[in-house]
Amino acid sequence: MGSATPVDDEAALIAQLRAGDESAYEQVVRTYGGRLLAVTRRIVGSEEDARDIVQDAFLNAFKSVGRFEGNSKLSTWLHRIAVNAALMKLRTRKRKPEQSIETMLPSFLEDGHHEERFKSWDEPVDKALERAETRQLVRAKIDELPDGYRTVLVLRDIEGLDTEETAKMLGLSVNATKIRLHRARQALRTMLAPHFAASGGGKATP
Amino acid sequence: MKCRELADFLMDYVSGELPEEHRAHFELHLSRCRNCHEYLAQYESTVKAGRIACGEMSDELPGDVPEDLVKAVLAARKLDPAK
Repeated sequence: MGSATPVDDEAALIAQLRAGDESAYEQVVRTYGGRLLAVTRRIVGSEEDARDIVQDAFLNAFKSVGRFEGNSKLSTWLHRIAVNAALMKLRTRKRKPEQSIETMLPSFLEDGHHEERFKSWDEPVDKALERAETRQLVRAKIDELPDGYRTVLVLRDIEGLDTEETAKMLGLSVNATKIRLHRARQALRTMLAPHFAASGGGKATP
Repeated sequence: MKCRELADFLMDYVSGELPEEHRAHFELHLSRCRNCHEYLAQYESTVKAGRIACGEMSDELPGDVPEDLVKAVLAARKLDPAK
């Protein structure tokens, strides 16, 4: 417990890493490992793969700590290494063809109006998410998004990267990244709606 | 502006990137269309829900790193040190 305390003096910690101080390696793994594991798991969708990726990410980081320039925070640097490795894993893995997201996007009538009448949600999300089961539900729905959409949503909305950096990591254009994020959010809304509005959505009357 | 266009502009509006000339039309439509108003609210709630469910304060995070992972990293590092 309490192992994820923030690092007060990052420069000193990096100096210790460079000097090969065993306790510094352990501190880094204990401080950042949980968060790295969570984001990696969310990208690759497998606990076992996530562990392998995080382990390799730490080893790579320790080896190249001499090249760490200190322009970014240590945590940001570690996240980049792990996220890149996770994305690489996703690309090399044999996957079934990407499932379509179209059915989870809003549909419109010929006159441009929404086809669906949106039923308001029962309570504010922060209140709903005070319940562990609701947080679990939201994570499960994010995990159900097709890879290409889930990764954008994770990098932008959860990791908090900006559009440019997300685009670069994914090898997409800035515009494609924005479109994917928007669709991912819309699809997630569609998946959450039946759980957040007691009586669900309905067709708009013409 | 129709509901369809409003849905397209939603993300830029939420992030404050929608150009002024579109924003006025967007807000006018929003003030007249309850359904789009509701959709916008749910869109924003969805983003927030993702952040809360997977964010810093989330249950699956971050304090406890599996002990075997810590041991595995440290053992592997000794086998293949930097220098």
